[in-house]
Amino acid sequence: MVADPVPLLSAAELFPNGISRYAVGGLLVGLGALVIYVGTGIPAGASTFLESTLSYVSDQSRFQQYVGSRDWRVLFTLGIVLGGTLFAATVQSGVVTTSLYETGSTGELYEVAGVTLWSTTVQPWRLFLGGILVGVGTRVGKGCTSGHGVCGVGSASKTSLVGVATFLAVAIGTAQVVAALGVSP
Amino acid sequence: MSDDRHPLFKPLIFLGGIVFGFGLGFSQMARPEVVLDFLQFEDFGLLFVMFGAAVVSGIAFAVMPRIRDRAPLTGDRYERRLKPFDRNVLVGGAIFGVGWGLSGICPGAAYASLGVGNVTILWALAGMFLGAYAQGVYRSRATASDAAPAGAD
Repeated sequence: MVADPVPLLSAAELFPNGISRYAVGGLLVGLGALVIYVGTGIPAGASTFLESTLSYVSDQSRFQQYVGSRDWRVLFTLGIVLGGTLFAATVQSGVVTTSLYETGSTGELYEVAGVTLWSTTVQPWRLFLGGILVGVGTRVGKGCTSGHGVCGVGSASKTSLVGVATFLAVAIGTAQVVAALGVSP
Repeated sequence: MSDDRHPLFKPLIFLGGIVFGFGLGFSQMARPEVVLDFLQFEDFGLLFVMFGAAVVSGIAFAVMPRIRDRAPLTGDRYERRLKPFDRNVLVGGAIFGVGWGLSGICPGAAYASLGVGNVTILWALAGMFLGAYAQGVYRSRATASDAAPAGAD
């Protein structure tokens, strides 16, 4: 009898969709943050927009502290939305094809005016309840995946490294429990 | 932040946002399913997104302060993103972690998700504004009562 080889996790098991779409996408996310930092000195984070935009409608001191940055934070967010749409109109629609992009099979594709759009099948209650906790947690915790995860880690900030380790570990535990309870998608 | 911003300040922020959002679309981080697959150990690709992005921005954080004093469009000094550590980083991080693990979406990815056509993500965005509002009201009051214990609410 030939002994079974030690079961090693193969690259195909760890990365069933390859790594190129993740690596290229990550480089672009970093490039977007880099462009803003080089030009303005601002380490851009996405979650401050939530509070800075609330300053337009609420006098609470917590939101009013962001009045000075609220205009450009709206622009930054609109840029992110438009960037997503440009991606949908080019790569997602197949107008631009590249072997670096793995299409995958998640969610639902639909077409509007020749543009291939995408929609999630994750249940709305998960998005809404999760969203509330994301809104509280990112603001109390001084950053989100872009502020702590990209700019903070890029700055080798110990606070951000601890923040990222905390939300990653808790998110993994939460997602595993939710899946084990049979909630899908 | 100085008040006299360069005319190119806003266009550059907008351009940076577009590249950032395109990257979130290309990496499929705009899809909650793909983030949840990572958190459930079914696809580890997300690590390449987060650390790939951190390496690229990290080059700028390491290099710019050494070659220039101030950013051309704002006059701001180049500084790293360093925030003071306290208990809030852990408490907030844990709350964010539960939300991220439940929904598979974070703020930047939610904006990009709307852009790729995911109208359903408005549930998450509504939740985020609600959560940010609730903590803001609570903390504004806490700060006000610290500063003036007898002050009017």
